[in-house]
Amino acid sequence: MAKLTIDDLKKIKEKVHKEMSLRDGDRRVKVTVHMGTCGIASGAKEVMDTLLEEIEAAGVHDVVATTSGCMGLCSREPLVTVEALNQDPIKYEYVNPNKMRQIFKKHVLAGEIQTPFVLAKGSETIK
Amino acid sequence: MLTLADHILDITENSVRAGAKLIEISIDEDSHNDLLTIEIKDNGHGMSRDVLQKVLDPFYTTKTVRRVGLGLPLLKDAAERSGGTFQLESQENSGTTVKATFGLRHLDRQPLGAIINIIIILIISNSEVDFFYKHRHNDRRFGIDTREIRKEIEDVPINHPEIIKYIRGVIEEGLREIEPEA
Repeated sequence: MAKLTIDDLKKIKEKVHKEMSLRDGDRRVKVTVHMGTCGIASGAKEVMDTLLEEIEAAGVHDVVATTSGCMGLCSREPLVTVEALNQDPIKYEYVNPNKMRQIFKKHVLAGEIQTPFVLAKGSETIK
Repeated sequence: MLTLADHILDITENSVRAGAKLIEISIDEDSHNDLLTIEIKDNGHGMSRDVLQKVLDPFYTTKTVRRVGLGLPLLKDAAERSGGTFQLESQENSGTTVKATFGLRHLDRQPLGAIINIIIILIISNSEVDFFYKHRHNDRRFGIDTREIRKEIEDVPINHPEIIKYIRGVIEEGLREIEPEA
């Protein structure tokens, strides 16, 4: 494989610029993988790897993947929150790569909430 | 935590939560001295002397959602289990440095694990933070700095799939050249 250079990066930039002008860059869904010590120790990294692979394979540009810290439900980790535009966030518990694939294909892409894996609907509040 | 990469991800997430804008991750493999050093340095808000004294206690945390804080104690334990050391330096409003050493060939040293994936996860999830990843294996060195990439790509987001693919490619190439043994 030829060595990657700064010129390659410049070419990518030009290509992305052209694509960006053709498309509305709005983000439709945000997927958060909870990445505290508890999450990482119970497999959140593998869940995140799977999510990133799925986003790349689907070629979607309106889904953003991010991480957050522990929210105190360590025994339910790995936890994943799916927030679709104008909808309540859905928190999934005990997520593994297979469940992540299903959540991505069915919920993120097709809008069908995967009820058997759901922990809660809505945002967490701290009292 | 099964790999050192897991610890790196965990500690670096702490840096992100501490409001760091630049996080340097250094991995140093010194075969001659049988030493592996991992250092994570951030420019976040740091810790007070009081907090610094308590953070290695697993039952201390700054979080309010739970009563344990295991990230740093787990890393310290992993280092000491392999005959290594653990150091923590922090100054309020200037940043924190976590440094752990390991016996490179020690039987109880955890494997480094998927370091490339960790760097990619960090960049994708924290696009407003800069990361400088340095990896040395004896006399061979590799480094990637998102500040330099940002300069070239201008207004293209650093977590754009095409940019991430490039970054992954550069790290894969770099690590192939330095042939890490950890």
